[in-house]
Amino acid sequence: MKTVNQKGWFFVLPVLLLVAFNALIPMMTVVNYSVQETFGNNLFLWEGLTWFQQLLTEERFYKALGRQFMFTGLILVIEVPLGIAIALSMPRQGIWVPVCLILMALPMLIPWNVVGAMWNIFTLPDIGLLGYFLNNVLGINYDMTQDPIAAWVTIITMDVWHWTSLVVLLAYAGLVSIPDAYYQAAKIDGASNWSVFRFIQLPKMKPVLTIAILLRFMDSFNIYTEPFVLTGGGPGNSTTLLSIDLVKRALGQFDLGPAAAMSLIYFAITLLVSWLFYTLMTKDDLN
Amino acid sequence: MAKITLSNLRHSYYPNPSEPSDYALKEIDLDWNDGGAYALLGPSGCGKSTLLNIISGLLVPSEGRILFDDKDVTDLPPDRRNIAQVFQFPVIYDTMTVYDNLAFPLRNRGRDEVTVKTRVTAIAEMLELTDMLSQKAAGLSPDNKQKISMGRGLVREDVNVVMFDEPLTVIDPHLKWKLRSKLKELHQRIKATMIYVTHDQTEALTFADQVVVMQDGEVVQIGTPVELFERPAHTFVGHFIGSPGMNVLPCSLIDGQAYFTDHPVALEGAISGSPKGRTEIGIRPEFVTLAKSGLSATVSKVSDVGRHTVVECDAGGSKIRAIISGAGPEKGAPVFLNFQQNQTRLYVDGWIATHAQEAQS
Repeated sequence: MKTVNQKGWFFVLPVLLLVAFNALIPMMTVVNYSVQETFGNNLFLWEGLTWFQQLLTEERFYKALGRQFMFTGLILVIEVPLGIAIALSMPRQGIWVPVCLILMALPMLIPWNVVGAMWNIFTLPDIGLLGYFLNNVLGINYDMTQDPIAAWVTIITMDVWHWTSLVVLLAYAGLVSIPDAYYQAAKIDGASNWSVFRFIQLPKMKPVLTIAILLRFMDSFNIYTEPFVLTGGGPGNSTTLLSIDLVKRALGQFDLGPAAAMSLIYFAITLLVSWLFYTLMTKDDLN
Repeated sequence: MAKITLSNLRHSYYPNPSEPSDYALKEIDLDWNDGGAYALLGPSGCGKSTLLNIISGLLVPSEGRILFDDKDVTDLPPDRRNIAQVFQFPVIYDTMTVYDNLAFPLRNRGRDEVTVKTRVTAIAEMLELTDMLSQKAAGLSPDNKQKISMGRGLVREDVNVVMFDEPLTVIDPHLKWKLRSKLKELHQRIKATMIYVTHDQTEALTFADQVVVMQDGEVVQIGTPVELFERPAHTFVGHFIGSPGMNVLPCSLIDGQAYFTDHPVALEGAISGSPKGRTEIGIRPEFVTLAKSGLSATVSKVSDVGRHTVVECDAGGSKIRAIISGAGPEKGAPVFLNFQQNQTRLYVDGWIATHAQEAQS
């Protein structure tokens, strides 16, 4: 007769408990909220898919989603090429390497809410360095609390300032790993600078760039703190990204059901786009 | 194709070299004849790769000139010297097919697609890459990748010299000899000057007509493989070439007669000049024999290396190796060693100091 040993369960129990405690149970709570109407005193009423249907037919959600994609799209279009360009112009050896690396890493070391606060003060039209300079020296009418375009320019600039370094450092890591022989062979083959970039540097950077884009996509798609501190989603709703809209529903209006449903959809979109992107980028390597 | 002349070449990686030791290359004067197969042989760090990079133009020498067919190319960049170089690790353009890899140097030089096609097809045929032409280069094995890097050098019809910088380092042992004979064959077909850098004496001796042996940034000897083996100009060459290397024994000179410990040793011929400095006897293990009388020694180690036996003996505190056929004596056994006279040479401060024996008629 075959003996069955169940002792193995004891070994996975600690990690199972940990994961349950910090991931599974909170996640299931959200699922639980998303299908019920919640009242005080732990009173729940079954609602089925009502919140999902309501959300997916609502203009407010699609507008926030549109803004979110616009934000993420814009920062990727700026940060990736800019990051590559900076990485290409950084020195490969010598005493300036650590200096450059530290300067690059600095913005990433600043807490997110401090970044938001810094840029908020920086851009104030009356006392902020940038705001005052734009309004009173260059004569450009700039006030991000009034003008949606100014608000968008500011949150995009802030994100570029804060996170381009990540792309730079990853791209740089890819660049320095290219052996000298590649550049020497290209020189002998008579390759132009563009060819060197197109056929040596870019292919060698591809794996790290894939990671960089993936990280920047996920981070910027879930961004909350910095735009919340900087614009609070305004003026009007012009910079209300998905996360800000979600918090407004959950904590502002205390609509836990719709907010939970939105969280799940939000999560699914992030996951789906990341998966699609990663699969497409690594498809060639598998063959 | 061209004759390459290196004149008074010196190179240092320091900005202001003062000591001789600051120089990676010390005073090189060399002529490479058009169409020759050369090997540049030396231990790691002897300056052979520096020399190669100076010829290809990747490095500009601190002093001296490089001439291709009497035209000064010292200040020309690599792509204007019409040279090709194959590196230690295969360099291929990952995103391109094998065909595009081979066509790359031609396209960069603005050749029309018809020419590109003829050249690429011919070179692929020569290197046995024809059935891989449409494949992505990234997925190939190291030896095929190395063939592509060779092909990119050979595809240009006007190439002056093809240089190989330890090209077989990453190739599997059983493919090494295959690629090596391929190289030899290519040299015979293409007739371009080829320079092959290596620290492996087998590779150098099988590939080259002329071997240039380097040590510490200096050329120690230039010669055919046979010359290097038979008459090493320097004890270093004797050590470095041959397996095991030449025996080098301290000796004293009294009235033109060499003595090892107290034992007189007959040299191959007359000693040139009046030697001052460190004197040594050099004899290859192949020419040391065991006999009934002679230099007495004790066997310290016997290794059977297949077709012959290497007997290592201890005599007067020096190690002497002899290569003999058949089984060797027991370890610890007393033996007598004889040196074949016409192969026994005197070295003064490392350099050969005896004249070869006149050929007996």
